Parts: sequence; structure tokens; C-alpha cells
Amino acid sequence: MSSGDIAVAVRGLRRTFGDFVAVDSISLEVKKGEVFGFLGPNGAGKSTTIKMLCGLLLPTSGEGTVGGKDIVRETEEIKKNIGYMSQRFSLYEDLTVGQNIDFFSGIYGVAKGRKNERKEWVLEMAGLQDRRSALTGTLPGGYKQRLALGCAILHEPPVLFLDEPTSGVDPISRRNFWDRIYDMSHAGTTVFVTTHYMDEAEYCDRLALIYRGQIIAGGSSADLKERYMKRQVLEIDAEEPVEALEVISRAGLDGVDAAVFGSSLHVVVADEKVAVPELTRILDAAGIGVRKIETILPSLEDVFVTLIETS
Amino acid sequence: MKPLRIKAIAHKELIQIWRDPLSLAMAFMMPVMLLFIFGYAITLDVNDLKTVVYDRDRGSASRELIDGMSASGYFTVVGEVHDQREIDRYLDSGEALVAVSIQEDFSKKLHKGIPAPLQVIVDGSDSNTATIALGYINALSEGYASRVAGMRGARPLPIVDPRIRVWYNPDLKSRNFIIPGLIAIIMAVIAALLTSLTVAREWERGTMEQLIATPVRVPELIIGKLLPYFGIGFVDVLLSVLLAVFLFGVPLKGSIFLLMFLSGIFLFGGLSLGILISIGAKSQLVASQISMVATFLPAFLLSGFMFAIANMPKALRVITYGVPARYFVAILKGIFLKGSTLRLLVMETALLSVFGLVVFAIANRKFRKRIG
Repeated sequence: MSSGDIAVAVRGLRRTFGDFVAVDSISLEVKKGEVFGFLGPNGAGKSTTIKMLCGLLLPTSGEGTVGGKDIVRETEEIKKNIGYMSQRFSLYEDLTVGQNIDFFSGIYGVAKGRKNERKEWVLEMAGLQDRRSALTGTLPGGYKQRLALGCAILHEPPVLFLDEPTSGVDPISRRNFWDRIYDMSHAGTTVFVTTHYMDEAEYCDRLALIYRGQIIAGGSSADLKERYMKRQVLEIDAEEPVEALEVISRAGLDGVDAAVFGSSLHVVVADEKVAVPELTRILDAAGIGVRKIETILPSLEDVFVTLIETS
Repeated sequence: MKPLRIKAIAHKELIQIWRDPLSLAMAFMMPVMLLFIFGYAITLDVNDLKTVVYDRDRGSASRELIDGMSASGYFTVVGEVHDQREIDRYLDSGEALVAVSIQEDFSKKLHKGIPAPLQVIVDGSDSNTATIALGYINALSEGYASRVAGMRGARPLPIVDPRIRVWYNPDLKSRNFIIPGLIAIIMAVIAALLTSLTVAREWERGTMEQLIATPVRVPELIIGKLLPYFGIGFVDVLLSVLLAVFLFGVPLKGSIFLLMFLSGIFLFGGLSLGILISIGAKSQLVASQISMVATFLPAFLLSGFMFAIANMPKALRVITYGVPARYFVAILKGIFLKGSTLRLLVMETALLSVFGLVVFAIANRKFRKRIG
């Protein structure tokens, strides 16, 4: 891979706050045009990393580049070429939709001839054509999110950083939001997105899993499932999932982890050939009817849970 | 530096001020209200001093003296007593602040041309008032004495006869020098207070995080934030000057244009100071409190508004050079009362400019486009 294909590269990046190590010597590379997912629970160090990449926070040690510019020495250069959407909604709530767009358009120095075109594009993308005169603070969460995205990409930056862009947004709006991200990625924009929604991670071309400041795994969603899930995942559709979980846990089978997933159980086992008859027998003995038991493709969440337990 | 970015920020600030009734009220009502309150409350003139008279002479001369005192407007006779001890009662109870005791042979002595003593007792618990009252009485009795001497055809007794003229404030109205100084103090506080919220507010609301992730440059941000408040500050100065001239009747001898121009230089420093405080504070409450204390106290005590700088101990005198209100007080008093031109105010103008530029530069250095 030549360095010309790399949008973001980081080596040994570390950031501490007093004694607390928020980001612990991480290294990663993001290719141009990629949707790169940075996945991890709250407090894992996702936001701290993204802020260092955007030039908002200096690393304690380590190095990196964004669009070929150094994240310590050339932060102002970086800011010209990125769009950043912070975790907390940070547009002006006391400005109207149109005024917010005009403001960021002015700040990013969008050329006069393009200004109107970009504004209409953002309004359409956010579905806010009819509400351009509404105070931003009065908008529902999903609209706010898309407006924030629009304001962050008015200047059509080659790299886009999104920090938990869909937290607190309803599922339909989230879906809608991701459609926009895909559109931009297809148009050649590199998207670096953090999330703690495992289902959203499936949308990403490549992923890095971060836990307690360290990257514990990386690769495409399929890679991760293949590489890190040596064991199989069984989905058990039982009459009483909670009781069933208890029964299985009490049995204390070797190498078996069970968890409730919606209305069914996910049980991670070493070998399905041994486990399926054994589990059926245990549940039968406890008087719990099993409607279905089958091997499924593990979800990222299964991968993540397994990785955390072994790390 | 891109003018378009400055314009975008200035425009945004203006919208935000306009949408926030509280900041709007603070911007325009506060200076007017402060000028009203302080303009009427702070007066160093002493009028209608309550006076009690013990006239044992009851002659034409003593009557004339007492009438003269009443007619001056400075004294109001609240009672006549017939016993020295009654004077004590008046003064103790505060019913009178001044007592004039005239001896039996007052008229007789004066007619013969012999010096006639006059006893005056003043309540010294308010020494400022007491000193002024004594001054009035001295002036009155001297005038009276020379008149009496003149009537008798004799030459007035004093060999040196001072003819005092008070320049710049011939009526010696304290309001005339208090109001211009007061405008300086009020503007010092208002200027810093106005801008002290702007940066802190963006940190508090989280909007700063978005802003510092853009390529906006620090001077653009600060100038953009200063501009709308600069306009507001100008309107405030103009309002204050209009009130001073038309409501308080303070004569404006100098040029209003020079006054506005120099106010602009002062506002630049004051508003920049507010921004600097805001950058350091990161919370609106802390920022507004710091700017109140940091501007009001020095401006009130060390600007020469209340207390003459020449009378301060050396250490304090040195400190006053760092108080911008000091120069603005001098400038406003100069233009209002003396009709000073720029040539006479060149030192104040220069130092005020230096203060503004230094604070502006520090604010630019202190502002970091970073979190933490």
C-alpha cells in the first residue's frame, strides 16, 4: 500500500489525563475512500482518539498524519481538509437552520458561487427545505444530526470524522443517516466514524475494536468474525429464555457462554456436535420446551464479547 | 486573515445578541440605568445645610449676617435658640449640622471697626461636608466684613486680596466633573462585561468544539466577536453623552467627534479585556464576576474619578498607569469641561492604545484552538 492511498495513519498514539490512560499506544491506518469504524464501549477512548486526529487535542506521545499532515505540528492545515461532527450536538441552537448553514459556509470559506448550491444541497440532504427558518434548537434529534453533518461537509472535505453521530437518534433516522454516509463514501470521501452500536459497525468497510484505550482487534466485519470466532454460536429459541439461561449457566458446561439476545439465547460453544445434544438434554430435563436450536453466523457483538472476555 | 470569516462570526454574534433579551437589556439598559443612579446619587455639593442660630446681639449687623447665609442657598436656618445648651441638643440629634453663635456686642464692635468674633460649630462626623461648610462660612463672613468696612468708608482690612476664579467648572458644580468620569467608569465595566460572556458561552454550550475544528484563525474569531460589541459600545457612549448633556446639563465644550474617536480606542481595550477574561474563565458566571471586579474596583478607586491620583502613595500611583479608565476619565473630563483637543490628550490616547493592543495580543496568544 503506497502512502498516497492512506488518509489517516497513526503510530503509537497515546494520551493520558493525569494518571488515567485514555488512549494507550494505538496504531491504525485508514485508506482513502474507506468507511472506517472505530468501535468500542463508552469511555474506551474513541472520542479522545478522534479529537487528536482532528487537531483538537495534542497526543501525549506517538505520531500520526491526516491527509498527509502531521497531527502535532500541522493541526491548522488538517482543519482545512476535514469535516468534524462532535458527539455532543454543537451547532447554534439560537440560530435558524439557514443561519447555521450560512455561518459555517462563511467560516469554511465556501466560494460565493457555490454557496447557494451547497446550502440547498445540505437542506435537501437533511430534509429541511421547508424548515430553513426554524430555530435549530426546536428540531427533532434526527434532523439536528443531519444538519450537523451537513454543516461539517459544506466545504466538501476529503476526510470526515464523525464521533458517535447517531447516538440518541431513532432507528429510522439512523438508517437514513448511514445512507448519506455511504453516498459520501462512494463519492470518494474517507469517513472515520466512532460508534458503540454493533449493528452500525456492520456498515463499515473496516473496523478497529477499542477497549480500555487499546485496539484489541481490527479488520473487516467478516475478517473479525472468522478470525476471532473459533467457536460456534448457537441460537436457541426456547419457551422461557431467562429460565433457560439460568439452567444452562447452572449446568457449568466447559467452554460454554450463554447470553440473552432479544427473545432467544446465544450460546457460544467449542463444538456444536457435542453441545447441541447436551444442551437439548439439559433443557428437556428442566422442563423447558425448545422450539429451535441452530448454528448461526456470529454477530459483531458476539465477537466483541468474546474478545473482551479473553483480553 | 479572511474578511469573510470575520463577517460570518460578527453576523452570528449579532443574531445571538438580538435573540437573547437579557443580553440586549444588559447592553443598552445597564449604562443608562447606572448613569441615572450614580448621576443622581453621587454629588459632592453641599446645599441647604441645616443651621441653628443663637443670636444674642439681635442687632442690624447680626440680622444681616444671618439673612446673607440663608440667601446664599448653602444654609437653611432650622431654628433659633436662646441658650448655648440648646445648640448641643440640635447638633447631638442631628437636627442641625451647623450652629452659629453671635455675641451680644457683635453689631457694636463692627460699627466701631473692632474685629468681632463669630462662633461657628460644625458637626465634623462627616468631615467632607464639614470642610465645605467651613469654607462657605469663611467666604460669606469675609464678604460680609469687607462690605461693612466699605460702608464705613474704611479700606478693607486684608492686604492681600485674592480674586479667585475657578476655571473649567466655574459654578463648581460637582456634577460637571462627576458625570464625565462616571461615563468612563460605566463604560469600563460594561465593555468588559459585554464580551466576557461570548467565549465562555461557546465553551459552556459546546459550540466551541465545532468552531475550533474549523480552519477559522484566532484573530478572525476575536475580531469577529469584538465587532458587534464595538457597535453596541459606541451606542452606549453616545447615549451616555446625550444624557449627560441634556439631562444632567453638563456642558460639552470639546468635539463630540474626538470624544467618540477616543471612546473607540478605549472600547477596543475594554472589550478585548472582556474577551481575555472569557478565554480564561470558560464559564459565563465566573467570567462575568471576574470582569465586574477587575474593571469596577480599579476604575472606581484608581482612575482619579473619586480620589486624586496625585494624592495617592507612590506604589498606588504606579498601579494607576495600568488602569485604562484613568486615561478615559482624563479624556472625558478634558473634552467635556476644558474642550481639550487631541494635542492635549496625546499621552492618554497613546497609552490607551498601547493598553488595547497589549490586551488584544494577549487574548490572541491565550486562545487555544484545542480542548484541554
